[in-house]
Amino acid sequence: MQENNQDMNQSFLSKLIEGFLSFFKGIYLFFRSVPKKLVRFGHFLKDKCKGFLERWKDSNLGTKLSHFIMGSGNIYHKQYIKGLLFLAIQVGFLVVFFTNPVVGRSVTNHPVLGPIVVDPGTPIGYKSLGNLITLGTNEGSLFTSADNSMLMLLFGVLMVVMIILFIATWLANIKSSYKAQVDMAKGKKPTTIKEDIKALFDSKFHVLLLTPTIIGVSLFTIIPTIFMILIAFTDYGKGVVAGSDLFNWVGFDNFAAVFESDSEIGQRFLPVLGWTLTWAFFATFSNYIAGILLALLINKYEIRLKKMWRTIFVLTIALPQFITLLAVRSLISELGPFNQMLLNLGILEQPMAFLGQADSATTARISVLVINLWIGIPYTMLMTSGILMNVPKDTYEAAQIDGATKFQAFRHITVPYIVFVTTPYLITSFIGNITSFNIIYLLTAGDPGVPGNYAGKTDLLVTWLFELTIEQGDYNVGSVIAIFTFIITATATLLTYRHSKAYKEEDTFQ
Amino acid sequence: MIEKDMNQVKADPKAHKGMENKKPLMRPNAAKKKAKKTAGTIIAYLALIILAVIWLYPIVWIILHSFREEYIDGFYRGIIVSNYFPNHYGLETYRRLFTEYQAGTYTFLFFDVQVGIFVKWFYNTLIVAIASFFISTVLQLSVAYVMSKIKFEKRKLFLNLAIILGLFPGFMSMIAVYFVLKALGLTQTLFALVLVYSAGAGLGFYIAKGFFDIIPNSLVEAAKIDGATNAQIFGKIILPISKPIIIYTALMTFIGPWMDFIFARVILGADKREIHTVAIGLFDMIYGEHADINNFTIFAAGSVMVAIPIVALFLSLQKYYVEGVTSGSVKG
Repeated sequence: MQENNQDMNQSFLSKLIEGFLSFFKGIYLFFRSVPKKLVRFGHFLKDKCKGFLERWKDSNLGTKLSHFIMGSGNIYHKQYIKGLLFLAIQVGFLVVFFTNPVVGRSVTNHPVLGPIVVDPGTPIGYKSLGNLITLGTNEGSLFTSADNSMLMLLFGVLMVVMIILFIATWLANIKSSYKAQVDMAKGKKPTTIKEDIKALFDSKFHVLLLTPTIIGVSLFTIIPTIFMILIAFTDYGKGVVAGSDLFNWVGFDNFAAVFESDSEIGQRFLPVLGWTLTWAFFATFSNYIAGILLALLINKYEIRLKKMWRTIFVLTIALPQFITLLAVRSLISELGPFNQMLLNLGILEQPMAFLGQADSATTARISVLVINLWIGIPYTMLMTSGILMNVPKDTYEAAQIDGATKFQAFRHITVPYIVFVTTPYLITSFIGNITSFNIIYLLTAGDPGVPGNYAGKTDLLVTWLFELTIEQGDYNVGSVIAIFTFIITATATLLTYRHSKAYKEEDTFQ
Repeated sequence: MIEKDMNQVKADPKAHKGMENKKPLMRPNAAKKKAKKTAGTIIAYLALIILAVIWLYPIVWIILHSFREEYIDGFYRGIIVSNYFPNHYGLETYRRLFTEYQAGTYTFLFFDVQVGIFVKWFYNTLIVAIASFFISTVLQLSVAYVMSKIKFEKRKLFLNLAIILGLFPGFMSMIAVYFVLKALGLTQTLFALVLVYSAGAGLGFYIAKGFFDIIPNSLVEAAKIDGATNAQIFGKIILPISKPIIIYTALMTFIGPWMDFIFARVILGADKREIHTVAIGLFDMIYGEHADINNFTIFAAGSVMVAIPIVALFLSLQKYYVEGVTSGSVKG
């Protein structure tokens, strides 16, 4: 008990420092373990290859054949449907791979010149792999559009993924045939297709349930992320229109540009990064402290109608942010009643713009931070309310027996307990604030801006990224920004993750 | 801040001794204590009331102005005005919202109806919400169940992978998703939006997993001994006793599309207004490309119409939400 208290009594600051130290230690340990992991991975591959060769030696004709013609092994072992399915996959893949079907090709019949290829289209097949390297060579002419480098890149990535999947299927096909062979050698009948389907609902139920998610996540998270990372290494930037201009690989030029102080992007990057971190810091801590105070206030023994009070504050979570934020933006606009109130009270002499049209960046920045309190406090309040009810009762009792006053109990039990339990939350909300798009975009859209400059004074990396890509079409720079944002959030995530139970339990991560 | 607290604590034992002091002093002390307590309570109530007013100030304002009906020289006046309370109330704004604002013939299911565009936005959002809540709920519960109750090879690897992928901010892949959808010719369709909302839904399985974790494993094992397959256990034993989490997951995935701004903005673009959802539709009304300062009251009315069902759903779920937030982000 006593020890427990001591542990929780650790001051918050030292906890934070400790957290950051262990974070760097974690990074160091990670890099130190890389060679070890590579060696382990090498062993893993070696074992796999060994197993593959041994299986080859041990195979009968059917299984040997399945190394070349997928499904033949299954057919040899009388698993016809399964075998045909494998065969179909192989045929389908090879047909696509070698015939290179073209996507988006269009031809018009010119009355004088005859058929003209308006759009050469983009092939998907083995040519995609070459295109992934060249990103298109046909520059187009008066009548014909150029190769679509963007699609070539996309299809290239897709093709690589398809090849990996094909190899996996190929291995599965050999394994399946070998299993049937072993079953037969043991005098058992190889599994029928019916049994295989049945297994999907029983011993392989997890395969059935996980497959849709794996497909969805691969298509909409993993492939897009790879694609986006690759864009950062091209010159697909402002003014380049995929389909009429080619773009090329440029290596690390875009990354270098971000750090060159005289480049257009370089001048913007560091200020935006600085404000993003400042914003995240202040937004996180102001919400955290104010939220805890509010929770304590509501949970005060004498306060009645706790549920009603909580509901009032929770309204800002329950309402969609585009409603609450746009409402606030309108409310404090120069025409609105907030300005009028300040005028009536004599605080202002003329209406003042607080957000995008504000005279100084500082005004706008403070305004968004204050409005963020309105949005953010209820989250902390809700969370800590739950925690406050869970403060171990026996600790209080023990304290009472020892003759502690209420305040002492609060100071030495409640506060340390809340801090102890919510530290991970603090870090997740820090990450959340770095990537909080809605608040900035809906309140100021990054303004107040600087003339001729497309990063406003309240732009966070995320909103800037949005403007760069969706509004300006500056995709490569956008990708670089996205990668930097990711590095920041990922390191913060690593920090949280290393402290979470999930991580501590897992050593199996390879 | 922390040091200050420490000083207070150091000073405290004296006060504490004084209070604990001998019985004769008890009565006056108790009276004093009571007075102090009452004062404290009053201050607490005052603070709460002030805060509540601040919190409700913008919300009440929007509601009031959605019922504002004012004319200047016979023209409807919809701009933001400087008085907090409208001078005249009426339902004109709602009439305009439903029948006049960008009115046109829009298709609902198989019927063409002449209405204001807001109805179409509401309908779009509803369609997307229903479709994605159906897919997302199935995916999320499936993944949660697998991760919680089926012990298969590589389970830990998947769990780790899911945790890492789940921690990637969604906007990271947003631009690329946009490209993928564009290559598929799917941008500016509601179908694409459903795909985006539901494709990654499986990754949000933590809360449901937490629920399944509480169900004793012995239940599963007993059923297995009786010869039930995994699918039967899931469908006939686990799901019937998991109503709360099913309802929670379903409602949360249903609310998502009503709240989302950024994905809808990226995927649906700005020019085809009839395919917008309420979020971007209402945004464009007062701040986007089609902004008009006279639209403010109509925006307010639209907001109220969206807010009522969403807030009602959310508040009825508040309990689960709190549990989810607390368990999701507070791990020791």
